[in-house]
Amino acid sequence: MINVVWFLMIAVGVIVGAFTGNLDAITDSAIGSARTAVDLSLGLIGTMALWLGIMKIAEESGLIKTIAKGLRFIMVPLFPEVPEDHPAMGAMIMNMAANILGLGNAATPLGLKAMQELQELNPHKDTASNAMCTFLAINTSSLTLIPATVIGIRAAADSANPTEIIGPVIVATLVSTTVAIISVKLLQKLPIFQIKLENIEEASN
Amino acid sequence: MFINIINSISVGAIPFILLLIPAYGFFKKVKVYEAFTDGAKEGFNTAVRIIPFLVAMLVAIGIFRASGAMDILVNLVSPITGLIGMPGEVLPMAIMRPLSGGGASGLMSELITNYGPDSMIGRMASVMQGSTETTFYVLAVYFGSVAIKKTRHALPAGLIADAAGIIAAVLVVRVMFGA
Repeated sequence: MINVVWFLMIAVGVIVGAFTGNLDAITDSAIGSARTAVDLSLGLIGTMALWLGIMKIAEESGLIKTIAKGLRFIMVPLFPEVPEDHPAMGAMIMNMAANILGLGNAATPLGLKAMQELQELNPHKDTASNAMCTFLAINTSSLTLIPATVIGIRAAADSANPTEIIGPVIVATLVSTTVAIISVKLLQKLPIFQIKLENIEEASN
Repeated sequence: MFINIINSISVGAIPFILLLIPAYGFFKKVKVYEAFTDGAKEGFNTAVRIIPFLVAMLVAIGIFRASGAMDILVNLVSPITGLIGMPGEVLPMAIMRPLSGGGASGLMSELITNYGPDSMIGRMASVMQGSTETTFYVLAVYFGSVAIKKTRHALPAGLIADAAGIIAAVLVVRVMFGA
């Protein structure tokens, strides 16, 4: 799926660009985007280091385990493949908590830490496990209950009530997250998303 | 009053966590400085590992955006989205949302400036931005950080969730703020 989507974005883009006379803009955008991607990645180094450091303290002190134990009743049904005392559970909880609070800068590093822990459990290193797909779908559905940036923009535009959108945002977020969980659990059963035999052989070699 | 509570949460949350976790570790006799640096050293490798994945994703999205293909997509989809009561003005932002966080945020600011933050369009744009995520970016960064290339059902599930969030945003705003 990702191969098709990726190829189509480029192919459709270049063909449409040729007809609309936007080929110059395409060149600029391709080069500019590549640079932006590197800037964004390297920009993560500092916050990654900060949150991975804090996470290590939380892990060694046993704090993560305590939190994970308390939220077992949510995490185990969502991620049945992950042992309930595995560090991945704690990292995923921390990531979701940061997302709910709207702390984007902390959420990404914590999410990447969770992905690393999930990768330890993954027998096929180049293929996403069910737990990874579920975790990703929850993240892409947005968990933010208080969108501070949007409220800021509304306040700056002289809204009579900048925070009036919080209620609707919470409802829409609950809908999108519920749909994400249901669709990821249904899709993982479809034959086309099964891990193919050749991949398994590749991994065992 | 409410806005003050929200402000103090967003201002205070990170300092609070930065105090709480090391304090807990310190009382549990963890060597906090050593543990921190031990964890932090992975930051560089993780960031560097993401680069090829993010370059691939952002370049494809950049080409698609710059070509004008977005306008064609908007024209194709608008009869369907009109059925659920989504104003045509909001549609480009809805399509942009999973592709580019910055792009969608820019379109939202434009809609809020042009139509006013308390208009139907301004409210819908605000709720959409607040209740969805940049799916393609999250996918590239999260899977890229552990070199996952076969993403299986993650992308379709993420896109279905985005569509659900956007439809919910339209309907909730219509119900709560009338017509």
